Amino acid sequence: MRQVTSEKTTHPVLIFWIIAGWVGFCLLPWYGVEEFWHFEWLLDGWPLDIDHAPAVFLLAQGEKLWLLPMLPALIAPLLVLRRRKTDPVFAKELLAAGAFGFAWLTAQGLGIGIRGWNAGWLEALFGPLDNRQYGMGYGALIAASSFLFLFTQGVAARGAINGDVFVTGAIGGVIAVVTIFVFFPIAKLMVAAFITEDGSYSILVFLAKFFDDRIWGLGCLSGGRCGVAWNSLFLAVLVGILTTLLGLVFALVLTRSGFRFKRGLRALTVLPIITPPFVIGLAIILLFGLSGAVTTWFADLVGVRPTRWVYGLPGILIAQVLAFTPIAFLVLIGVVEGVSPSMEEAAQTLRANRWQTFRSVSLPLMRPGLANAFLLGFIESMADFGNPLVLGGNYDVLSTEIFFAIVGAQYDQGRAAVLAIVLLGFTLVAFYLQRFWLGRKSYTTVTGKGDAGVHPEMPRGLAVPVYAIAALWAAFTVVIYGMILYGSVVQLWGVDNTLTFKHYLTAFSIRLEEGGIRWTGSAWDSFWTTMLISTVAAPLTAAMGLITAYLLTRQNFAGKRSFEFGTMLSFAIPGTVIGVSYILAFNVPPIEITGTGLILVISFIFRNMPVGVRAGIASMSQLDKSLDESSLTLGANSWQTFRAVILPLLRPAILAALVYSFVRAMTAISAVIFLVSARYDMATSYIIGRVENNDYGLAIAYSTALIFVMLSAVGLLQLLVGRTQIGRRLAHEHGGA
Amino acid sequence: MAKVNSKAASVVFEHVTKVYGKDVVAVNDVSLTIAEGKLVTLLGPSGCGKTTTLRMIAGLEMATKGRILIGDKDVTTLPATDRDVSMVFQSYALFPHMTVMENVSYGLKFSGFSKSEMTERADAGLSLVGLDGYGKRLPSELSGGQQQRVAVARALVLEPQVLLFDEPLSNLDAKLRRHVREEIREIQQNLGLTVVYVTHDQEEALAVSDEIVVMRNAAIAQIGPPRALYDAPADTFVADFIGEANLVDCEIVTIDGDSAEVAVGTVRHRLPARGLKPGKGTLAIRPSRVRIVAGAGLAATVEKVTYVGARMEYSFAGDFGRIFGISDNVDASYEVGQSVQIGLAESGPVLVPDTG
Repeated sequence: MRQVTSEKTTHPVLIFWIIAGWVGFCLLPWYGVEEFWHFEWLLDGWPLDIDHAPAVFLLAQGEKLWLLPMLPALIAPLLVLRRRKTDPVFAKELLAAGAFGFAWLTAQGLGIGIRGWNAGWLEALFGPLDNRQYGMGYGALIAASSFLFLFTQGVAARGAINGDVFVTGAIGGVIAVVTIFVFFPIAKLMVAAFITEDGSYSILVFLAKFFDDRIWGLGCLSGGRCGVAWNSLFLAVLVGILTTLLGLVFALVLTRSGFRFKRGLRALTVLPIITPPFVIGLAIILLFGLSGAVTTWFADLVGVRPTRWVYGLPGILIAQVLAFTPIAFLVLIGVVEGVSPSMEEAAQTLRANRWQTFRSVSLPLMRPGLANAFLLGFIESMADFGNPLVLGGNYDVLSTEIFFAIVGAQYDQGRAAVLAIVLLGFTLVAFYLQRFWLGRKSYTTVTGKGDAGVHPEMPRGLAVPVYAIAALWAAFTVVIYGMILYGSVVQLWGVDNTLTFKHYLTAFSIRLEEGGIRWTGSAWDSFWTTMLISTVAAPLTAAMGLITAYLLTRQNFAGKRSFEFGTMLSFAIPGTVIGVSYILAFNVPPIEITGTGLILVISFIFRNMPVGVRAGIASMSQLDKSLDESSLTLGANSWQTFRAVILPLLRPAILAALVYSFVRAMTAISAVIFLVSARYDMATSYIIGRVENNDYGLAIAYSTALIFVMLSAVGLLQLLVGRTQIGRRLAHEHGGA
Repeated sequence: MAKVNSKAASVVFEHVTKVYGKDVVAVNDVSLTIAEGKLVTLLGPSGCGKTTTLRMIAGLEMATKGRILIGDKDVTTLPATDRDVSMVFQSYALFPHMTVMENVSYGLKFSGFSKSEMTERADAGLSLVGLDGYGKRLPSELSGGQQQRVAVARALVLEPQVLLFDEPLSNLDAKLRRHVREEIREIQQNLGLTVVYVTHDQEEALAVSDEIVVMRNAAIAQIGPPRALYDAPADTFVADFIGEANLVDCEIVTIDGDSAEVAVGTVRHRLPARGLKPGKGTLAIRPSRVRIVAGAGLAATVEKVTYVGARMEYSFAGDFGRIFGISDNVDASYEVGQSVQIGLAESGPVLVPDTG
């Protein structure tokens, strides 16, 4: 017999987390060990050595006494084990124990650092402390999780969300990690902008840095140079507009025309997505640089000396528009296809001609898509790091300025923080303006049931320029990719055009020796790191995204809107800002992970999670809620429902999220450039390094290899998606037989 | 106060064929005349070509062959924009980004009316469908029934020569359907509009139409007023599609001028011959015309008895197969297993030719 849950007095999930808490406190090293995935500490003095000791052994040796108050918080939950879930004491004790434990753990972590007290007022309050602590490790991590989930179980026991332990736990977990890895770094960033050179805080320092002429100067209006903020803004607005227009052009050609080779065009527009963005910048140099093909050809033709005209705004603009148009296209194609054909047909039967129909019905209904596409182009351009670095010339933008403030000779964290705040301000304002522009109007078809119908073709006056632009752009893209391929097998571009595989050999040579294969190529290290990090990050990103999407579409809870805002916020935070804020936040205890692979994985998860959330929301809202409800009434709990009903139906969305996060992790540069270390170098930052040394051949060869790796990853995905569909049909036939 | 008037015109199809792609024939050699001021329904199962026919009148599909005339004017190659026709869509196709007022005056904007005249006409249209004062709302703020009326008003204010409805009731709940279809009929009759109406619901078609065009496999199966279709279906397909019919095999024994004598088992019956010849035939008997008689009839046993409130439903079995019958007498019902005699009522059973 199945027992009614509320009457049970054994709580397997609760017992699990209580045990986890004790294990974290008594068995695992409390502080961080050098390598997260290495277990040498087991043999290295554990459990008594102070560096590797669990909390209990530290306390027994009279060390780190501030860990002691967590002990009662671990004991308290034991007392409720025999009680029923409906007993008010059960909920109260769990709430109190979890909240106190988590709060204390956080407070001591933030309060005490490598130099004793972290803040002057703590020292004033409690007197000097001649002890110190480092970043948290396994023990603290597990204990913190235990406290968190004890607390959420207390919340569930109070009856929140129908007493659902899984849902409260998931909400608590998502809130905790988003707070730690999105809000905490941003807060640190804000604070860092106020720090003076001697470590105190000053608003004057902030104001001085903020209103620096190098940021807001308007010299370019009178022939001089403008501040980086204006440069970035101008560039981002241009890129946003151009990518949106071009994306719309391609979407129109694909949906509103009788164009024959739609598949080819589609592939062409998606190609730049699997290309590291700055690779396009490299191709632009090969074409238009000082010794670029077009520049020299044109110079010979007209008889002038070739110039460096492309470095600066023109070059960055061309490269970014090429790189980000596909994103705009992918956003717009959905919206353009989504405009119900009967809307346009209705307009036609109401005596509007094609042009009037397009202007008064089709275009306004595409507004959300246009706004989204613009926002994406704007943010991507703001955050883009590679292209301005490669092509910027004297046109400084915020992202590169931030980079040089951190790694350059000036090493000024405060300035980097101020620049990052300006950057973040721009994107958040754009985010807000977009919402404002869309306003209260509804853009979705009102009734669910659609009629069959066909999209009318574009009005002729529009079709001609649209075709022309699409054709030109497609040709340009083909040339660019031809250049990349060609450039990778040329000795030295513009100087010695003999064909060679030299660059590939330098990067990817291997030697067979007695001990096996030796990866002698210079690129292998960063290549394998990239593969490893991307492979680890992709499933985690997809999982975070889908769980969040599940909570947002399927559950109702107080504060859901701010929850949604919080999880989508990292979407509006440029990668550069993430990079800087992660350095500021995670370079010191309590979470000390800079220079590890972990920080790269984490940054990818929170950078790419919003896409997983969106994909999940899109496909989950297609699944009728009655599916969950029928599963729940059949006795499954919400975790079992999620696993057995929702997940299998979401397979395409999961795979899409997986590939997207994999590809993004492989091509990302803006956040990565701040977070890589000698031990964990990523492919993109390695390539940028080669470019800075003018080693274009190797850089391009490596990029080409990356593009092919990602092509095969995408191909593999499509194979998998195809197979699951066949699998479903087979299962169906089997069931029917 | 402006009024909504009518400029009703006739619609003529002359040997119209529509082929999609290379060889998918959606409408095959259809000829049809819809008189002005009439409400004509295109009725048929899904895929029979009724919606394609409607869309060809609207100008949303172009005929592959043949001619289409609206009010004696050849419109075969005219696109939707240039035809004086408006359409109410199944999904209503209200523009979600425009208010009700903007939706209703949308078509007027392109017809060269002045601003004040536009507002006046749109107001008149809204009041005709009983939605005065709703002009400022967005479609998403209206109920399904109200959205439907906005769609009707939007089409009406253009005073089109022909008004088209594509399954206008399919997104409404059952109770509202009867009400809305009566309203549509009322407006049509008051204004004298020419209306072409597509539905797959035979009851709806019978209720609203002056004339019904039953379509099947891209061609017309029968055209006629509702009563003619119901009482004298052209073939077994129409008999079965318009209201249920029991199809019973019979033997046509003799033909005597317009009347025929048929035999079903031992029972003989006289009825109009409808141009058929002696030999095997099919009788169509409406469930409501199935009678239990005291004297000699078709021997049958009661197989199923269902009480549905307003009436009783019976299933009878016998040598002739199964017959489904209904009776208003709910107080004294027959029992399962009871032997009864089924008589052939004077008017009711009809001979129908087999569908070709």
